[in-house]
Amino acid sequence: MTIADQVTGSIAGTASAKPADAKPVEAKPRAPAITLPAIGERELRLDLFRGLALWLIFIDHLPPNLLTWFTIRNYGFSDATEIFIFISGYTAAFVYGRAMLENSFVVATARILRRVWQIYVAHVFLFTIFLAEISYVATSFENPLYTEEMGIMDFLKQPDVTIVQALLLRFRPVNMDVLPLYIVLMLALPLILWSMKWRPDVTLALSALLYAATWEFDLYFSAYPNGFWAFNPLAWQLLFVFGAWCALGGARRMSRILASPVTMWISIAYLVAAFCVTLTWYVPQLSHFMPKRLEQWMYPIDKTDLDVLRFTHFLALAALTVRFLPREWPGLKSPWLRPLILCGQHSLEIFCLGVFLAFAGHFILAEVSGGPAMHALISLAGILIMWAVAWVISWYKRVADKSGAKTKNAVGNADLAGGG
Amino acid sequence: MKAKVLLSLILLCGGLAAPSARAEDAAPAAPTLPAACELPSYLLTSESQLHKVADTVKSGKPLEILVVGSRSTTIPSSESSSYPARMEAILKEKLPPSEAVHVSVEIQSKKTAEETAGSFVKLMEAKTPTLVIWQTGTVDAIRSIDPDEFRNAVTEGVAALQNAGADVVLMNLQYSPRTETMISAPPYLDNMRVVAQEHDIPLFDRFAMMRQWNDQGQFDLFSPSRGPELAKQVHDCIGRALAQFVIDAAHLGPAEQQN
Repeated sequence: MTIADQVTGSIAGTASAKPADAKPVEAKPRAPAITLPAIGERELRLDLFRGLALWLIFIDHLPPNLLTWFTIRNYGFSDATEIFIFISGYTAAFVYGRAMLENSFVVATARILRRVWQIYVAHVFLFTIFLAEISYVATSFENPLYTEEMGIMDFLKQPDVTIVQALLLRFRPVNMDVLPLYIVLMLALPLILWSMKWRPDVTLALSALLYAATWEFDLYFSAYPNGFWAFNPLAWQLLFVFGAWCALGGARRMSRILASPVTMWISIAYLVAAFCVTLTWYVPQLSHFMPKRLEQWMYPIDKTDLDVLRFTHFLALAALTVRFLPREWPGLKSPWLRPLILCGQHSLEIFCLGVFLAFAGHFILAEVSGGPAMHALISLAGILIMWAVAWVISWYKRVADKSGAKTKNAVGNADLAGGG
Repeated sequence: MKAKVLLSLILLCGGLAAPSARAEDAAPAAPTLPAACELPSYLLTSESQLHKVADTVKSGKPLEILVVGSRSTTIPSSESSSYPARMEAILKEKLPPSEAVHVSVEIQSKKTAEETAGSFVKLMEAKTPTLVIWQTGTVDAIRSIDPDEFRNAVTEGVAALQNAGADVVLMNLQYSPRTETMISAPPYLDNMRVVAQEHDIPLFDRFAMMRQWNDQGQFDLFSPSRGPELAKQVHDCIGRALAQFVIDAAHLGPAEQQN
């Protein structure tokens, strides 16, 4: 098996109908412009990395501790959010793209909207937990050092406005930004898929254009009480659409580029450079080595609008990953990676659980000041809980599937489309 | 294959090196700070300089310092223990006895950087300080003001202060672990760093210092205590660190003064 085959991650088996020809559109205008991988075994690499992203997001939401040093944001520009959004775009296009080709636009849209609703409910649930936490802190914490910071509780004085704004996704507390982004991206998915069905490359180009326009004209989603969305959907859609494009045949068409050693060395050089830059953030003594010119050009590296440096950093990581981690790598079946894969397979549930556990972790740390050992223990316990819950969900699904009628279509597996 | 090994090696080295590098930083660096306030030296020094402060002190003129801040500049009901007052005391101690030091405080509570910056022209007409220490960011973070707007506001404010003929030190937010899940500080910290870099002015990194004290166990900033003791101790340390920082950035240390 060549590297070119390895990078076409989504193809389960070689049953895919189309050859890796880049121009089926020109040749046969009536034929669908996108190619779908055949249904088969799950793509475990997607599950693996989404599981990893979920763990990293959880750890990054906790106060910094020993485990924080293992999260990728310390070693480069991009972090777990990029992985998560890309894989979400990939899997969503994979599942609903098929529905759109096999059924109709309306059916696929209806199914997507149902998924959006689930994510929305999950978001509202998390918001309720956040309200409980903040109310507790407001009533129990009166350290005179922090009278100013307690100003954050002011919104509790007008719950009517706040709660309505939260339901409109305009009021989003810290750490609760990913789900609203995901909701908006999923809402746009029918349009994205419809356009992809017409011309995938044009769709990707349009997406890049929107990204550029966002930067050029400073477009944003406003938030309540002021400010804007911490993850600008108009910029982050690029990663989501790119994921969808890869799922619908793009990855295969890029396989030659991905397999070339030039790409590999550029990626490695870029990752090493990014690592050196990040090193200066954590070891300030090294910052003397940073040319001032470079600093002024580069900073701030904007997360809200998905800085180009972050996007390219993710691309470099992804390029190396598909190159060095073939889809049939036996390690994917090893019991050691099982916990990660399980978590990745139930991403919406595990994501919400992770946000909840991060709140709970903060709470415990605040109540029992335990030092670094306690911090590390909480992170570990959280990961074990995520694993256990993912296992229970899997078990339940298996049991339910067995006892339930087997008429359910295997294609529309919502948790493959997961995300969240 | 080689590349894979190389990459993982780099990641591994990074993983091992980073925490140990942090540990080294914590080594006692500034002997002038009492043990409880101990900080790594990079937090107490700045590449940017305070020329006007240096000139004023060298020519023996009185040193007027204005602290522009918000509610976290003071401790409710014990003004004399707040960091501006502590800084004044330490500066008087450290600088030559002939040097007159006066610190005044301008509190603009619940004002964003933009609102505060708008008042600078008038403020600087009323007072003519040699050095303005502008502490900001908290209110903007609480209200989640657009970080770009925040950066512009800080830039304008700094320019106004400099135009009025003062040296400027920027001071960032407090480290507040209890509200970490509710207030997102990083964008504001980053943008203040950028403005400081662009204008070549010293940034007093209050956030990193308090975090350091909390992580090293000098202070338990998670504590819900209602008494003013913790606040007094923290402000004392901030005041000392700030005095040290100003002396360093103006090159007024004992070694430099002998020249």
